[in-house]
Amino acid sequence: MSGFFKSSIGRKYAMALSALFLMFFLLQHFAINILSVFSPNAFNEASHFMGTFWAVQYLLQPVLIFGVIYHFIMGFILEIKNRNARVVKYAKNNGAANSSWMSRNMIYSGLAILAFLVLHFIDFWLPEINTKYIQGDMSGLLADGESFRYYEELTHKFVDPLRVGAYVLAFVFLSLHLMHGFSSAFQSSGVSSMRKQKLQAFGKGYAILIPLGFIFIALFHYFNH
Amino acid sequence: MNLTLKIWRQKDAQSKGKMVDYKVTEISEHMSFLEMMDVLNEQLINTGEEPVAFDHDCREGICGMCSMFINGEAHGPDRGVTTCQLHMRMFKDGDTITIEPFRAKAFPVLKDLVVDRSSFDRIQHAGGYISVNTSGNTQDANAIPISKHAADEAMDSATCIGCGACVASCKNSSAMLFVGAKVSQYALLPQGQVEATDRVKNMVAQMDLEGFGNCTNTGACEVECPKGISLENIARMNREFLSANLKS
Repeated sequence: MSGFFKSSIGRKYAMALSALFLMFFLLQHFAINILSVFSPNAFNEASHFMGTFWAVQYLLQPVLIFGVIYHFIMGFILEIKNRNARVVKYAKNNGAANSSWMSRNMIYSGLAILAFLVLHFIDFWLPEINTKYIQGDMSGLLADGESFRYYEELTHKFVDPLRVGAYVLAFVFLSLHLMHGFSSAFQSSGVSSMRKQKLQAFGKGYAILIPLGFIFIALFHYFNH
Repeated sequence: MNLTLKIWRQKDAQSKGKMVDYKVTEISEHMSFLEMMDVLNEQLINTGEEPVAFDHDCREGICGMCSMFINGEAHGPDRGVTTCQLHMRMFKDGDTITIEPFRAKAFPVLKDLVVDRSSFDRIQHAGGYISVNTSGNTQDANAIPISKHAADEAMDSATCIGCGACVASCKNSSAMLFVGAKVSQYALLPQGQVEATDRVKNMVAQMDLEGFGNCTNTGACEVECPKGISLENIARMNREFLSANLKS
């Protein structure tokens, strides 16, 4: 396997693997967040479990962080290499005749998602790390010491219409990214076209429904508080 | 029909090129695109100008020599045809047609619309063959049982004429459709199994060395390929490459 991940195809596999992991994570993230619409208690319980269970915190979380960082750094590296592979650009290039806008602009939808992730980390992840690992409060409770803090923190973030707008816009870009990314990950992994046709239909559904679900959650909390 | 042509003119590999406008008149819609270029060149020669250099050979869509990026697409706006099979009926009287060479760092321009595609030859030399002793006692090919399905798929892959439209169309200048087809045509047949591991590793290594970009699965290559080579060939190459690397 020496040199596998330095080769063009090896990097395709690595991009696809990190993408598949991130898509699985997104599904899990959505499953927990949608609980906040139906049952604040269930959302609190699930969040507390994810935030304190050792395997999630010390095994899955580092893998997730590595996956995110690897995916966007390798995305940038490949974009630069690909741009360098054509020194003189075409005077006229009709890309729309042979490929989708989404597939040609993964770098821009990816950059929009990256910008959102910075906001998202400042909003949720950094305060979470601060509370748990710097202040050492693993209780997951509010200052009153009785109820969980997670639902309160979530709804508090969706009061500002500007932030809600940014979240909605980011999920539109996420949908565009997934429209190409989902089937692309399977194509890169070498899945044959017979299976791919079914996967493509599933992928379109995933790319629309999951971001739409996140938008629904953000708007639900905005209009209910 | 009367047309305005915007053509890339470049004296040689070292010179800087530019787009130059030309007018052609009384072009028949039954002409092929290359015949229209012949008319232009005759016109240029008659006026003492340097004719436009372009690659061509068989003019029946099987040799893979003709290229040209016409109105933003490799081999022009028609589907499943090379430039020599593209007819002028695809255009309208008064149209302006932009004609550029195939652009990729691995396909340097030699002159005007002629590019050097020998990088494809070097990829083929790296493993796009089977070693057969042809000293007189070669086994009859028909004696080796091959399923109809595998034979058909291998033939589909083997129809790649190596024209480079995939590279020219790809926003990343990736050669993976070409290499995928060349790997696939052997991977599907029993004769190709003996050297399968080395073949895919060596061909991919040469492809990377030549400076082609990385595939991002936009599918532009499949759409623009004059021979209809499908993305399935790239998926198969990826599988072959992973399996070859797991073996050694």
